[in-house]
Amino acid sequence: MIAIKLAYKNLVGAGLRTWLNVSVLSFAFVLMIFYNGMIEGWNRQARNDTQDWEIGEGQYWEQSYDRYDPYTFQDAHKLVSEDVAAMIDRGELTPILVRQANMYPEGRMQSVLLKGVDPNQRILKLPTSDLNNVQNGYSAIIGRRMAKDAGLKVGDKVLVRWRDKNGMFDAIDINIAAIFKTDVPSVENGQIYLDINVLQEMIGLPNQATLLVAGENSSLSEIDGWDFKTTDFLLKEFDALIQSKKAGGMVISGMLLLIALLAIFDTQVLSIFRRQKEIGTYIALGMTRSQVVGIFTVEGGAHSILAAIVGAAYGIPLFLWLDSIGLSFGSSSQDMGIAVADVIYPYYSIGMIFSSLLLVVISATIVSYLPARKISKMRPTDALKGKLQ
Amino acid sequence: MSIIKINNLEKQFPVGDGFFTALSDINMEVKKGEFAGLIGPSGSGKTTLLNIIGSLDTPTKGTAEVMGKSIAELTYKQSAGLRNRHIGFIFQTYNLLPVYTVFENVEFPLLLQKMSAVERKKAVMQALEWVGLTDKVYSKPSMLSGGECQRVAIARAMVKRPEIVLADEPTANLDSENSHHILRTMKKLNKELGVTFVFSTHDEKVMQYLDRIIALEDGKVLRDETQEEFAVRKNSQIYKTK
Repeated sequence: MIAIKLAYKNLVGAGLRTWLNVSVLSFAFVLMIFYNGMIEGWNRQARNDTQDWEIGEGQYWEQSYDRYDPYTFQDAHKLVSEDVAAMIDRGELTPILVRQANMYPEGRMQSVLLKGVDPNQRILKLPTSDLNNVQNGYSAIIGRRMAKDAGLKVGDKVLVRWRDKNGMFDAIDINIAAIFKTDVPSVENGQIYLDINVLQEMIGLPNQATLLVAGENSSLSEIDGWDFKTTDFLLKEFDALIQSKKAGGMVISGMLLLIALLAIFDTQVLSIFRRQKEIGTYIALGMTRSQVVGIFTVEGGAHSILAAIVGAAYGIPLFLWLDSIGLSFGSSSQDMGIAVADVIYPYYSIGMIFSSLLLVVISATIVSYLPARKISKMRPTDALKGKLQ
Repeated sequence: MSIIKINNLEKQFPVGDGFFTALSDINMEVKKGEFAGLIGPSGSGKTTLLNIIGSLDTPTKGTAEVMGKSIAELTYKQSAGLRNRHIGFIFQTYNLLPVYTVFENVEFPLLLQKMSAVERKKAVMQALEWVGLTDKVYSKPSMLSGGECQRVAIARAMVKRPEIVLADEPTANLDSENSHHILRTMKKLNKELGVTFVFSTHDEKVMQYLDRIIALEDGKVLRDETQEEFAVRKNSQIYKTK
């Protein structure tokens, strides 16, 4: 208690020196939370978007299907059983048929994936209902980046060539019925969405699908002949990316904290040299070494508490404001190849704030303790003389 | 009854490859309630001896007993306890804590004793009354004169009602008027409360207040005499000089 009281008095008495340290530390503290909040906000948004647009609550894969191995696509299809069809009708699942193909926009050849989707599905955010709008011919929807890369717009026709179930080439002109905008690049890069019935007919695989996307009301139970892939599995790469970003964030946070801690360390060392007489007086008045070390340690630790208060004073309004407007990444986010929304809304959890606070407090206390420990080796008579050692 | 007992005390400090002997062959006793002073020129060992008595330092050889406790044998915690409960310090440069008010400076030793707030307040006000500073309770040391600062230091030393007060050159930074005021205050407290005072000084003004004067020179006790003996010797020296 006495250490807290003395530390408070000394901090207030130190005036500008205290506030400089507190400012640096609070800046580091706020920046750490902001950076981690941005990463977490991106993580949550990207996971949600990827689930909404691509993976739903999980996917059932035809057993030979491997999304990373294009050679498996040719034979990765399976007849939709009556039980599965019933689940599709109930809106628990939606089938997707995948086929490799080539597209020839403006005479160039481009490798694409044809994806057959149910125009009436409601599990994914894909605007598949647009596939119902075109009366004549084959129609498809594509993403905005894909349209830009291929130089396509709504109403354009593009030649597509594929192999049917017997390996025979076939080709048709496809109408671009709609162009959609999404934050999930993996949904649109090199992908053309057609009505699944149309694609089944094109390939000659009626009533077959490559994978089934589970919706919110799906029981996610085992389906015979299909391998269930959880959202964690499907987001494995994205999670790894987030982990690496978090690791990078920790390095940045660590550097920020280090700068702030150096300031405190410097102040504490300076204090010990400047306040030797005061330390000697404490000892002469009957303080033990551990009590004196305690005062300086608490004093340094109190910097972090003050930093948290000061940080909260400007950090909370700043975070609330950022939370309401989000942080725009504009067009730069379009070309990153990973799910990044145009506007990211940072996410600050209580756990993250407290763990950051704890880290700052513990680190500040440790760097205050280290120079304070030197006091324990100081002779009281030298301290009273204010003798530099 | 001896409150301080010193036998064959020697104190050496390491200097380069060798040692500097600051005190040697010191033998003395101080009884409870004495108003004694260590006098001598700079470097004679006054402050070193005072530091050993105050358990801020330990003897190299010999023994120093304070209130029946051998200073050399005390642990760090025990010597801190001895200083906190039984010994008050008054320094030449006052050594007040600059960020505290007068009240808080005087209160400090009592905080270490974990005394209750009510008792603390009563004791602090009593101590400030002894030194005549009840009107400066909320002042900071920077707002006080040198004399007032030293009176605060006296109040801080006295507030815990110690058995011994050690004053290291308490008047060195004060003018004549303030010096006499301080000394009168301490003399009064010595009489009224029976507190033992040991000074280190080379100030003539202090010497005239002391009941016992122990002269040190080159780390050795040169003379140990009463005020009367000191005065007679002084007068005879003056007479001889004339």
